[in-house]
Amino acid sequence: MYGNDLSPLLSQEVLDLLGGVMGGERRGLAKAISYVENSPAHSRPLIAHLYHHQALGKALVVGITGPPGGGKSTLTSFLVKHLRATGATVGVILVDPSSPFTGGAFLGDRVRMAHSNSDPGVFIRSMGTRGHLGGLSLATQDTVLLMDAYGVDFVFIETVGIGQSETDIVRTADITIVITVPGLGDEIQVNKAGIMEIGDIFVVNKADLDGAERVVTEINVMLDMAPRLGNAPNLRPPVLRTVANRDRGVAELWATLQERLQQFAEIGELALRRERRLWQSVLGSVQFQIEQQLSPVLAQQRSGILSRIAEGSSSPFEEAKHILQIIERK
Amino acid sequence: MSHPIRVLIAKPGLDGHDRGAKVIARALRDAGMEVIYTGLRQTPEQIVEAAIQEDVACIGLSCLSGAHGHLFPQVVQLLKEKNAADILVVGGGVIPDDDIPALKASGISEIFTPGTSTAVAVEYIRNNVRK
Repeated sequence: MYGNDLSPLLSQEVLDLLGGVMGGERRGLAKAISYVENSPAHSRPLIAHLYHHQALGKALVVGITGPPGGGKSTLTSFLVKHLRATGATVGVILVDPSSPFTGGAFLGDRVRMAHSNSDPGVFIRSMGTRGHLGGLSLATQDTVLLMDAYGVDFVFIETVGIGQSETDIVRTADITIVITVPGLGDEIQVNKAGIMEIGDIFVVNKADLDGAERVVTEINVMLDMAPRLGNAPNLRPPVLRTVANRDRGVAELWATLQERLQQFAEIGELALRRERRLWQSVLGSVQFQIEQQLSPVLAQQRSGILSRIAEGSSSPFEEAKHILQIIERK
Repeated sequence: MSHPIRVLIAKPGLDGHDRGAKVIARALRDAGMEVIYTGLRQTPEQIVEAAIQEDVACIGLSCLSGAHGHLFPQVVQLLKEKNAADILVVGGGVIPDDDIPALKASGISEIFTPGTSTAVAVEYIRNNVRK
């Protein structure tokens, strides 16, 4: 219903990007990803048109998360190999941290993906977090949408190496694989809230190392006590063992992943997650647009607000009400 | 809006000496750039395909095997074929002075030989990538 309002905003540049993405052009997709990364506000009409073209929802989105050095990239690269053997295509998003000091980043996950570099069925994009916490970058969600519209069957998202609480991935993916390795701590760690709650599939990688069986047992015990998905009481997350760099256990992981996605589709879990994700996008957009409107007003009012509060004639709460009144009058 | 310059650092060919590539990658990172490091033994085709997917503004090639005269121009040629000749290509490694004019004529913008300060390479890339 807002189509007419958006159309005039589409510059020739954006039309070209849209055409490139929808036309399955690799450079077009690459440029469009840069556009949403570099211009989060200006790129909204481009993303809006992906919805209008009903180009979205075909790709299955798989999140892969775990600690730094746990084998996420290696596992991802071998999962891609097994996926490609079926003829399916995939977009891979590799997120690594940006420096909080310089904004620079060393994006090294592609090293493990080298054998897919010139495979036309694989499109790989590395991203810095650019100051965003939570394990992903702000542009990750948009990049998923662009890859979906470009026409891949799967999107794999590898998060930054995470600790205990970077759980953004569950709000972005259809299914989440949590990777862990032996030697990171005892069963107390496994029972903490946060990332141990978000796995649909758990993988103990480097399973040839000492202590791997203990980690498998600890995760299993933790899962036996965990509440199940509301509409799928029997879908307990499986715990698999892999040695990713020798491609051991990865075929089983790929089979489990497909089976689980199939089950999620059958019981309505997939639709539920996607609806939740779409609603998050709506809320995120509302917040984004309010912030865009607020920031010039706030900048203009800043010194007045601070001095009124310092004098004791106002408070943060009253100033917030005042700001909202200014916005409403506009 | 200002955003980080994206640079691909790649090692074409068969030598395994990646110290120089890693040092320059780190210097570019510390200069605020996003560096995509692709690792050892990449073909020119793989490098160009990665550069396109990553939408980088610059490719830095490092070669210590002596095959630079063969591999570097191939990267430039493939970029032209893929309509990506706007990507700046620079090279580094043990490259004899006598080889540099031919490399530049083939489309490599600049060659950094051993002993070059990383600051020089950083400044060169910053000043010469597409804006």
